[in-house]
Amino acid sequence: MNDAFGHPQSVVVLGGTSDIARELVALLAVDRCRSVVLAGRNGPQLGQAARELRESVAHVETVQFDAAETDSAASADKTVVECFEAAGEDVDMVIVAVGELGHQEVDETDTTRIVRMVAVNLAWPAAAMSAAAARLTRQGHGRIVVLSSVAGYRVRRSNYVYGSAKAGLDGFALGLAESLRGTVVSVHIVRPGFVRTKMTTGRPAVPFTVGPDRVAADIVRGLRSGKTVIWSPGILKWVFATLRLLPQALWRRMPG
Amino acid sequence: MVSRPVDVSSIELAFRTQREGVIPRGLGRSYGDAAQCSGGLTIDTTGLSRMGELDESSGTIEVGGGVSLHDLMRTIIPAGWFVAVTPGTRYVTVGGAIAADVHGKNHHRDGSFARHVVRMTMVTPVGAFTVSPEHDPELFWATAGGMGLTGVVVSATLRLIPIETSWIQVDSQRFTRLADLMSEMETSDDRYHYSVAWLDCLGHRGGDHRSVLTRGDHAPSGAIPDRLRVRSREVPGEPRFQVPRAAPRRLANRLSVRALNEAWFRASSTSQALRPLASFFHPLDGVGRWNLLYGPDGFVQYQFAVPPERGDVVVGAVETIASSGVPSFLAVLKRFGPGTPGPLSFAQEGWTLALDFPIGPSALPGLLDRLDGDVAAAGGRVYLAKDARLRPELLPAMYPGLRDLVAACRRVDPEGVLASDLSRRLGIAR
Repeated sequence: MNDAFGHPQSVVVLGGTSDIARELVALLAVDRCRSVVLAGRNGPQLGQAARELRESVAHVETVQFDAAETDSAASADKTVVECFEAAGEDVDMVIVAVGELGHQEVDETDTTRIVRMVAVNLAWPAAAMSAAAARLTRQGHGRIVVLSSVAGYRVRRSNYVYGSAKAGLDGFALGLAESLRGTVVSVHIVRPGFVRTKMTTGRPAVPFTVGPDRVAADIVRGLRSGKTVIWSPGILKWVFATLRLLPQALWRRMPG
Repeated sequence: MVSRPVDVSSIELAFRTQREGVIPRGLGRSYGDAAQCSGGLTIDTTGLSRMGELDESSGTIEVGGGVSLHDLMRTIIPAGWFVAVTPGTRYVTVGGAIAADVHGKNHHRDGSFARHVVRMTMVTPVGAFTVSPEHDPELFWATAGGMGLTGVVVSATLRLIPIETSWIQVDSQRFTRLADLMSEMETSDDRYHYSVAWLDCLGHRGGDHRSVLTRGDHAPSGAIPDRLRVRSREVPGEPRFQVPRAAPRRLANRLSVRALNEAWFRASSTSQALRPLASFFHPLDGVGRWNLLYGPDGFVQYQFAVPPERGDVVVGAVETIASSGVPSFLAVLKRFGPGTPGPLSFAQEGWTLALDFPIGPSALPGLLDRLDGDVAAAGGRVYLAKDARLRPELLPAMYPGLRDLVAACRRVDPEGVLASDLSRRLGIAR
């Protein structure tokens, strides 16, 4: 149950190894968060994330799933059910941090890779958000925080496989947020810029690059003021408002 | 979902059909989340509004659990009776007053509301019970202060006090030092029926806090001047002024409150006066929807109690707040007499300080967490009827009798049907 300041006590993270999600949960644990379910791909990283979290959170569970599974719908439904059961109490916040950056040069010519990228970045998280929204509605309260990306705000040549999937997810989340307006459940869309995480290791930094801790702090601040769309860093809202209007001929020439 | 039953059978039906998450709600004046249940069923008790006959020989009256103290006072004052305990608002139900075991300005003398309940009938998920301090004291006291978690109070017999008039003889004293105020309260509160002090938390002149101590007694008819004689048993009226729903954001800001504090302090001289009951006990009831003055983000109230010898926690809290820059707009200090056996009943012997904070300053949650720690360490507690943010781990330390409540809940609600956002947030009765 959230307290009067909107601090959640029980959180589910879909994509529990995401650096941004881990930073976010660490911040929530400073306030009232005492139960976290981390769902992610089976592997040492998930166990490591859970172990680290147990130092500050009393109740930590893990749930395994693979967003690349052929039947996204069945996998997403099952994972959401398992996460809510593992929580063992009301879930105040569902953080959707599932995603894969991929390798544009390889992905764009490989149809299997393209379908996989769309599954991991759009189909699975969209299905999971929808399932989570239904659970939270039944429960009577809750928030969904979904990690989108500026890459989906205006898709560009250099990462259009990832970007287009994120564009789809961003649009889906905005629509879901609209559909839930005035109800007990809300959706918050996070649009980070370039974030130094293990996902972006080895890639050259661009202007307004931030760390995952900064993104987490921006999310907490945005949630406090009830924002539907949370940019990180905040200035990107204005940067991209301009970039979106650039003629394609100029956009094509933008560095990065 | 909300249901508004008017009798016992419809409450029983509600318990049968809703298998999880049911909580009674009176007039919704709790500051926190005690009377709401997200995703569940809220039982609006205001339909249980039967006003019984006043029994003048025993000085008691049996009323429905949904009767407001406002309506009750309007019924009994003309006959020369008054409730033994009234909180700072008349707009609470009898059931709610029992569930929060509310206190008034006479706690140092008369204890809390449940002390004056002769018996009550309640509906629980396993059926109806009539309980009193003599008959089934476990369930009676678990319900007194139990925040609605043991069932719905459908009726209660209240012990009243006789009054000659509806006026209060008020003594006001101003203090410029907190220590002077507290020592005055310790030495002479017992001479008055009612006592409460208002502190200026903002004004921090010369490193100390101004205050106004207001104490009083029911005025005997001989004390009423001739010009007021026709109004000697006047009943409290409806609010004279309503804050418009479209009130501007944050009318209650640092500046306006500083001005208000200044005016209040200057206007209260050290004096004696005759005041109507309503203006003495329920000053805010004169303004409908006053809470909107805090703006759409609202506010939290923080009230704690500490043992008599721990007045230092009160002083420390006032200092901490003054130096934190987080404004508290209302600070009310009072002395409590002995508490009740109610495991979740708030009032315990000692000091109690109530504070209002607008939601917004980012330092506020941490500040209140720190105060929680000081209060718990001093053997004190925070008031659940006003809480919306307590750290759940501290609850058992603050309320050592918690397991008695849990035991009572298991008995009358074995399947855990009753729950509120408060009980879920704090993990009560799980």
